[in-house]
Amino acid sequence: MYGTMVRIRRFEERAGELVEAGEIKTPCHLYIGQEGVAVGVSAALAREDYVWGGHRSHGHYLAKGGGLRAMMAELFGKATGCSMGRGGSMHLVAPEVGIFGTVPLVAGTIPLAVGSALASKLRGDQRVAVSFFGDGATDEGHFHESMNLAALYQLPVIFVCENNFYSSHMHLLEHRAEDNIHKLGEAHGMPAVRLDGNDVIAVYRATVDAVNRARNRGGPMLLECRTYRWRGHVGSAWDLDVGVKRKDELKDWLPKDPIARVRVSLVEDGMQQEEFDRIEQGIRSELEEAVAFARESPYPDESELLDHVFHSGKGCQ
Amino acid sequence: MRSLSYAQAIREAHAQLLANDPRVFVIGQGLWSPWYAGTSLQEIEKEFGRNRVLDSPVSENATAGVAVGAAIAGMRPILFHPRMDFMLLAVDPIVNQAANWSYMFGGQVGVPVVIRSVINRGGEQGAQHSQAVHAFFMHVPGLKVVMPSTPYDAKGLLIAAVNDGNPVMYIDDRWLYAEVGEVPEEMYSVPIGQAAIRREGRDVTVVSTSYMTKQASKAAEILAERGVDSELIDLRSIKPWDAEVVLASVRKTGRLVVADGAWRTCGVAAEIAATVAGEALHHLRAPISRVTLPDTPAPTSRALEHTYYPDAQAIVTCVEKLLVE
Repeated sequence: MYGTMVRIRRFEERAGELVEAGEIKTPCHLYIGQEGVAVGVSAALAREDYVWGGHRSHGHYLAKGGGLRAMMAELFGKATGCSMGRGGSMHLVAPEVGIFGTVPLVAGTIPLAVGSALASKLRGDQRVAVSFFGDGATDEGHFHESMNLAALYQLPVIFVCENNFYSSHMHLLEHRAEDNIHKLGEAHGMPAVRLDGNDVIAVYRATVDAVNRARNRGGPMLLECRTYRWRGHVGSAWDLDVGVKRKDELKDWLPKDPIARVRVSLVEDGMQQEEFDRIEQGIRSELEEAVAFARESPYPDESELLDHVFHSGKGCQ
Repeated sequence: MRSLSYAQAIREAHAQLLANDPRVFVIGQGLWSPWYAGTSLQEIEKEFGRNRVLDSPVSENATAGVAVGAAIAGMRPILFHPRMDFMLLAVDPIVNQAANWSYMFGGQVGVPVVIRSVINRGGEQGAQHSQAVHAFFMHVPGLKVVMPSTPYDAKGLLIAAVNDGNPVMYIDDRWLYAEVGEVPEEMYSVPIGQAAIRREGRDVTVVSTSYMTKQASKAAEILAERGVDSELIDLRSIKPWDAEVVLASVRKTGRLVVADGAWRTCGVAAEIAATVAGEALHHLRAPISRVTLPDTPAPTSRALEHTYYPDAQAIVTCVEKLLVE
């Protein structure tokens, strides 16, 4: 899990640089600071389990096993991208690992996740669905309607709220009357837990419990993972311009870095510096290879502009 | 051949689809209610069980999203909205999600969902229980929109919609539920995007959708008594719509009336008029004319309702006006 978190962090840092350099134009919502959530959750899932995300889903995609090169090429708008240059940062797909689409309409994929869980129940298979969304999404009607439906039909879906304390530029208490997202589970008829989202082991353990429950027809669960978005809502900037309060908050949150925390315990367990270096070097060379691939890849051909409005094949399984 | 009502034909299509494909299920409001969607789903949950026929809470938005998500995950859901008005609460899953999904991911993931809704008006129900907003959905790339007018098409288009593999809006009309017509017992598909020529004629082309096809047929009888020979084209699908058949007919008759039971501005009739003007202007011997609702919400009082909904006489008046141009 440590390596996956670092891989996400370095991808996001590199993407931020490429945004600043003007090489990447698609709006990128960086996941830096929240890696513990995607990685802890995904480590508890099987390859065929469904994962649904939103606008800030680079981390979900990599954690679940989506191809790094294909995502980098997608950020460059290239034909070799995971969405063939039709999606950009906010529309990622990797059907081979259970990601059938992440999209930026806030809360838009929450009912879709419930639908995939219904499909799983109707087929009688063992797949569970995970819906990742932020604190802002809990303001949407989609979310409340979906929670009720999932509990009513006892569906194998896990609602993972990544409470990063910001809905775009608005602090949690500017967009919610109370800091009580975990209580919405009980209101909608399902258990819920509030977690330190920067503790990847805690997230992993809670997800294992929720997955076991869902696979055994125990119904849905809500996990509120409290974490913090280090960068701005969109782009590479640190977003300090939104106010002094945010600057103070960031000072408190930086030491809670989910990666640094795992590193401390790995050092205590005797992991050597050379091993950390090897992980870093491996990721660095993978990233530079991916950037080179993305740069060299062709753009989609203009003659293909009208393709794919309709799906020609059969529905994906 | 055996005859069925339009409502029975819809029910039979559902039953055969449920029986033949384990991926098919139905979800929406009122499916277990004693009214059974105007009998069009009469006791279907008793035959196939409440696991596959789910009467949903009043959560149009999430229910639509659930159907879309299940379709992406490989099922073949039929989502049901008992009125089009209610479906407007579910526009995000339909337009932002289902319609765009294939394109956004380079055609790698399809959304084989059928979104059935009903035009259910009259009886002094008023503005929020009467709307026919099919043109909204016709506007959106990635959606197909079908509107059967006969029992035969009601069955065949539903089967085609479920098997299409893309999001299809299936829009039926409560004012047609009692119509009776021949319907084969076996499963069959009516191709999406193909119009039907209901009557051949040489003086005027009348293109209609759904219930207005019935009114157009009545109008043609009245006009025939007065020596006017109308050609009637029932669009059946409004997206994609059969421009080839319409254009060929207009090139023959030189006159076009489009009858659609919805608002005038940016409606089906406007789109067809624009296409015909662009492709066959020199064949027109008279201006194109539209028979639609006025750009006004539906009233309640029967006195106003009577004037609000166009009928066969409105089409007759329109045609006669064109003939003196």
